[in-house]
Amino acid sequence: MSGDMRLASRYLYGATIALLTIWVLVPLGLLLINTLSSPEAVNAFPKRFWPEFDLGSLRFFAGFDGMIDALFNSIWVAGLTMVLSILIGAPAGYALSRFDFPGKETFRLLVLLTRAFPLPLLALPMAIAFIRLGIDDTIFGLGLVHTMLALPFAVLITFSLFSGIPIELEEAAWTLGCTRFGAFCRVVLPLILPGITASAIFAFVISWNEVFAAAVLTIENRTLTAFLLQNLDTSPLHLKFAGGFILVVPALVFIFAVRKYLFAMWGIANR
Amino acid sequence: MRPHLLPWLLILPVTVFLGVFFLAPFVMVAKQAFVVDGVFSLGHFAQVASHWKFPIALKNTLLLALAVVPVQLALALLMATLVTKMRKGRDLVLYIWTIPLGISDLAAGIIWLAIFEQSGFLNSMLVALGLGETPSVLLSYQSPGMVFLAIALAEIWRATAIMLVILVAGIGLIPKEYHEAASVFGASPWQRFLRVTLPLLRPSLQTALVLRVILAFEVFAVVVALGGSLFPVLMSETYAYQFELLDSGGAAAIALVILGISVAFTLVILRILRVPKGAQA
Repeated sequence: MSGDMRLASRYLYGATIALLTIWVLVPLGLLLINTLSSPEAVNAFPKRFWPEFDLGSLRFFAGFDGMIDALFNSIWVAGLTMVLSILIGAPAGYALSRFDFPGKETFRLLVLLTRAFPLPLLALPMAIAFIRLGIDDTIFGLGLVHTMLALPFAVLITFSLFSGIPIELEEAAWTLGCTRFGAFCRVVLPLILPGITASAIFAFVISWNEVFAAAVLTIENRTLTAFLLQNLDTSPLHLKFAGGFILVVPALVFIFAVRKYLFAMWGIANR
Repeated sequence: MRPHLLPWLLILPVTVFLGVFFLAPFVMVAKQAFVVDGVFSLGHFAQVASHWKFPIALKNTLLLALAVVPVQLALALLMATLVTKMRKGRDLVLYIWTIPLGISDLAAGIIWLAIFEQSGFLNSMLVALGLGETPSVLLSYQSPGMVFLAIALAEIWRATAIMLVILVAGIGLIPKEYHEAASVFGASPWQRFLRVTLPLLRPSLQTALVLRVILAFEVFAVVVALGGSLFPVLMSETYAYQFELLDSGGAAAIALVILGISVAFTLVILRILRVPKGAQA
């Protein structure tokens, strides 16, 4: 390749990366402009491509009847999903990484299989079952269904995390007199904690973002997504954009927090 | 406690949970769909399928998946190959490219609404460039093409990241020696991509495509946020049967149609991209 061509291909390479980065960032920037503008500016035409730094839209969002309750419902459901999916999922991840036992492949297949189904649809029969159990329209009920959505990921991610920690470390602790549980607490847990936190955050985001099951299973106690969806027809533009922004912000923070684990999670979990 | 019982004990919670919240709801949804007044019947299906909106919703869902998934696959492959060659700034670029992974479909729909609504940024730009005087209504029943474009763009914007993550992880697992060997034998970068990267990436491609295609059939909030009732899809029909028509049998029947399509496509993808037995790592 001649020097000119190499230079040209390097420019093309850089330009493609820049273009793709702009493609991801610009829509987010436009949402930010709308969120930080007054309701009048959001509904005006033509739009300015720079925010006014006016908190009117966000104030309108916070004052909208039922919105703050919905926000808290979302946080509670996502928190419950986070705790449940780790408590239930992590032991299975540990078992998959450390033991060979009959039925292991079947179990792994069952977990993988769940990803081949549109899981939110399972909220439909649960709506009826929950009425019978008396947990319809509750944070607890929705948290259980969201845990179902997050659980396959929790199992596979913790499986790949535990596999990354050499069993020799545990064995060394056993020979020094630790019980299996003691060795786990003192040796494995400190090493795995950042990874577990990352997968817990992932479970939180799954629940926080979920729309369909939340809309099917809650009526009075709407989560933020369900509340926004229900009011889409009637709500003014500035309410939609402020709501969209509030939905996006935690996601940005969380993806930043788990970015290191994102790829490790998928690398081994695939196999 | 006998040690060989431990693994069983550890997987017990997940197994019970999957049984109660995954397998049981399946049986329940099938029962809702197939049983009318206590007897087996295809009544719900017949009734759902004869509704004028059903063929449109089915067509829209399939067309959208057909338009969106190949673009996402190409884009994710491009991004993944670009980023693996990067030396400086790789982490920052990867972070930015994976941001949409954490964004809900509802938020993505709202974000693209900011661009496509009548007083939105697209119209503002057109007017600023002198390409129009008054803002036209972009998302209406008179412009089905524009509605489709807006939804497709929002989907491509939002959900390419999940494929990107899986493919980047997959490329990371391919030993560098294969590429070195290929270039020693004089393979061009394009040939290396076609003959080395793509075949070795097959397990990741499988996972990425299955996951993405199923999500494409589940498309819901993006469509509702951008198109409202202008662009019915299967999932929004399910929702309408459950809440507007209060017909949970009908909702269950459409749910089973979505499940059926998803499983069928999963099997097709697994078959086309099957990994030869001997080549499994």
